[in-house]
Amino acid sequence: MNALAVVRLLAPELILTVTGLAVLVVDLVTRPREDARPAAITALVGLAAALVATLALVFTAAGTVVATTMVVDPYGLFFKAAAIIGVGLVVLASINFMAGRSRYLGEFYALLVFAALAIAVTVSATNLLLVYLGIEFLSITSYILTGFLREDKRSEEAAMKYFLYGATSGAVLLYGISLLYGATGSLDLTAIGQIFTATATNLYLGLAAIVLLLVGFGFKASLVPFHQWAPDTYDGAPTPVTAFLSTASKAAGFAVAGRVFVTALPAFASSWTLFLTVIAILTMSLGNLVALKQTSVKRMLAYSSIAQAGYIVMGLAAINTTVPFDGVSGLLIYIFAYLFTNVGAFLTVAAVEKQTGAVDYPAFGGLIRRAPGLALMMTVFLLSLAGIPPTGGFLGKFFVFGAAVNQGLLTLAAVAAVNAVIAAFYYLNVVRYMFFIEAGDAGQVRVSPGLQTVLVISTVMVLVMGILAQPFITWATQSVTMVLAMGY
Amino acid sequence: MNFLDTWVLTLITFVPLIGSIVVMLIPATNTELMKRFSVIWSLIPLVLSVWLAADYWAKFLASGQAVMAYELKVAWIPALGVNYHVGADGFSVPLIFLTALLTTLGLYYSARTIKHRVKEFFALFLFLATGMFGVFVALDLVLFYVFWEIGLVPMYFMIGIWGQEKDRPQYSAIKFFLYTLAGSVFMLLAIIGVYLDKGTFDILVAAQNGGVWTTAPLLAALSFWAFFVAFAIKVPSFPFHTWLPDAHTAAPTAGSVILAGILLKLGAYGFLRILLPLFPGPAAQYGLIIAVLGVIGIVYGALVSLAQTDLKRLIAYSSVSHMGYVMLGVGAAAWALNQTKTPELLNSAAMALNGASLQMFMHGIITGALFFLVGVIYERAHTRDLEKFGGLSGLTPAFYATMMFAGFASLGLPGLAGFWAEFFTFRGAFAIVPVLALIGVIGVVITAAYILYRVIQNVFLGKYDASKIIHWTTVSGHHSDGPTDMERFEKVTLWPLVALMIILGIFPTLVLVYFNAAAVNLLNNLF
Repeated sequence: MNALAVVRLLAPELILTVTGLAVLVVDLVTRPREDARPAAITALVGLAAALVATLALVFTAAGTVVATTMVVDPYGLFFKAAAIIGVGLVVLASINFMAGRSRYLGEFYALLVFAALAIAVTVSATNLLLVYLGIEFLSITSYILTGFLREDKRSEEAAMKYFLYGATSGAVLLYGISLLYGATGSLDLTAIGQIFTATATNLYLGLAAIVLLLVGFGFKASLVPFHQWAPDTYDGAPTPVTAFLSTASKAAGFAVAGRVFVTALPAFASSWTLFLTVIAILTMSLGNLVALKQTSVKRMLAYSSIAQAGYIVMGLAAINTTVPFDGVSGLLIYIFAYLFTNVGAFLTVAAVEKQTGAVDYPAFGGLIRRAPGLALMMTVFLLSLAGIPPTGGFLGKFFVFGAAVNQGLLTLAAVAAVNAVIAAFYYLNVVRYMFFIEAGDAGQVRVSPGLQTVLVISTVMVLVMGILAQPFITWATQSVTMVLAMGY
Repeated sequence: MNFLDTWVLTLITFVPLIGSIVVMLIPATNTELMKRFSVIWSLIPLVLSVWLAADYWAKFLASGQAVMAYELKVAWIPALGVNYHVGADGFSVPLIFLTALLTTLGLYYSARTIKHRVKEFFALFLFLATGMFGVFVALDLVLFYVFWEIGLVPMYFMIGIWGQEKDRPQYSAIKFFLYTLAGSVFMLLAIIGVYLDKGTFDILVAAQNGGVWTTAPLLAALSFWAFFVAFAIKVPSFPFHTWLPDAHTAAPTAGSVILAGILLKLGAYGFLRILLPLFPGPAAQYGLIIAVLGVIGIVYGALVSLAQTDLKRLIAYSSVSHMGYVMLGVGAAAWALNQTKTPELLNSAAMALNGASLQMFMHGIITGALFFLVGVIYERAHTRDLEKFGGLSGLTPAFYATMMFAGFASLGLPGLAGFWAEFFTFRGAFAIVPVLALIGVIGVVITAAYILYRVIQNVFLGKYDASKIIHWTTVSGHHSDGPTDMERFEKVTLWPLVALMIILGIFPTLVLVYFNAAAVNLLNNLF
């Protein structure tokens, strides 16, 4: 393969790298003016270019392996596109929100771009070592982003908690990788898969490795019981960062889990689907039950993000080969819908927080009077989270539920259905405050143009996914065909 | 195929949605324009639904056909084989008309009585109409589910925002939402099951070849119960009825009218459109349970009504009782599938189904009128406590007369609409489940008791005691020294319904011809 072809295939990663560095340079030049907007705009332009480069590859990607450790295939490109979109929305929303909260905003945007790069690398890695490096890269950028408000004790605490859990689970993940290497003598996912399928040796080592890998991936995706960091981190981090952590960063965890399990460990499918089924049930139930009790909307959404991870992982737990309810497509569709929904929901919180300084339920009281557009859009996001049609959230639920029923996991499907009802209660509680409770003396909520744009894009996407679902379903099903064919 | 044949159902369904968007765009200060526009706009689906009923009768019923007509099938999500597939037959045509009629009347009545957050109310009301029409025309399970769920949201807001503080509107709203959702998420799983078995979401296709999961009895039973519970919660059938009194009491008048008049029928319609055709096996097996639940609903609902002191709550519980007839009729017809198939039995089953579907229509008119009447007195007295009324007959003669018609129709007086529904239900059920029918008749007696004793006697007869209600107002909120009679807009709202009660009491054939064609057709396919 010539160098030019490699450049073309790795264009998204290269653009993101250049963008990250460019943001730092722009920041250096404009620093004296204490205005981070040029840096943010540079980041946005770069992200847009990376998105275009990613989408340009989607239709031609043939699963080419680049640099022996990365693959450019539709599956990876799907997650790259999702991550870049997610980061782009977060950057756009941060311009106003973060202004004046920190003196180092150039670095903030550069780190967000690097986080997108980390996700791009992680989701295309076909080598366990690169998987580990990608996850660590993503973690390190995330730690700093979480603790970015250095004067804010809660932001610091969030970062510290995240770091401690992250470091531990990173070590466990590495241990799992070493076991797989010990069992098969390879770090390449495809090679590991072939060795396990061909020879039924070292099966116990493989099982142990699966458990350890689950710790690492489960940490990123905030699956119970590896979720303990999530509520405090989501709650304490600057709200746009929370939006990032709960969507794009989480998506990376699911993407890499899907790829590793499907490609390298299809021989153990019956084991890890069982683990994932149990984890899904625990995750959604715990997330929802604890979310019920929250008094802060931001913290409620933090627990809701855990619960949503439970639904998403249903897709992987119910993996099978019958299109369209193959499970993995459902996972992709769910993540894509959830990306816009959750970014929108957290950024609505950011808008209210910016104005009132509070994120508890009463801060949302009478929002329909104070900011009708915001209240309506938040309602769309909440209904999407609850899975009410016609929203993207419904489409995602429809597909993962379909996969579970298709695979005969009726208990899982029933638990998920009950959870959907429980969740509707606390989502609608926000609607109740926004519409039924009088505003009191709280003033109007003004939304900055950048945030407004993000919210409108998210709302439109959530509704479009619900009403004109076909293109998204096609994209998702085509994205998983190659991966499923390779292993499972 | 001319334009209307293809598009009439789509127009009826989505015209209100367009209206809803337009209302949202009208400047907030111009509430008068919003009200006028909404009422006039809602006449479009009403006129179309009248055309639909006339056209269906002329084209098909007159020549004895009972077909699915006005079908439109456009690929919506090809990846799943989900189509935008709509159509109407004898079951849906009268219910579409009922929906359009009550929507227009509700909007017209609300134009005078809704005074705050006007824009939201009218936008939501029109949006709700889209959801209800959609359920009655959908022939694709996913489409059906989407419309089924869409209707939840505006009703949730209506109860929560315009409910009276003392009726705990926020509690009632979320209770309503969660009950329905609890049923429908399991229905969603069953819908996916239908697809896995038959490879389609199309209701008509799935009903072919003996329905769904014919070779897997356990899955058939699970799916059947998932659908059943979703519909039974909406109907509502005992023991899933506890959301109803709260929601009905808390909702604003027009909201209660729609809730009782239409939303309850969505569940009953689900029995006829989905449950029986798709699951004839389990339906025959468990038909008796449906009928038993229906009878419990009839008697229990009536007894609880009798014990109420709040007029609106009384009417609300009477809905539980009256929707029990629908359950009894459907259950009896389903149970008939389980027995030796004779022409007489088929005849009785058809009668039972006719009774059930007539009850859906008649109850919509009668209870719609009753809830409007509760609104009439509540807007003036600001209380619904039955103990505080009395002797209003002489002071409010028009109100008294209207209530007499609605009340007598409700208790099934021959010559008024309600009678025929009960007659057909019991006539059909007696031949199939005689004991249950006999117990059910007790409900009729209790109904007479609560209508005559609690409503008519408590409110209108006796002596008027001015000291019991201190603050009377007119319907516009001005002070008045005593009860004032119905104003013109209230008469315009109510008298069309009264006229229908009388007309359908004398010529029940006008709607029966639709339901009978569809019921016989359905049973012929199942027998």
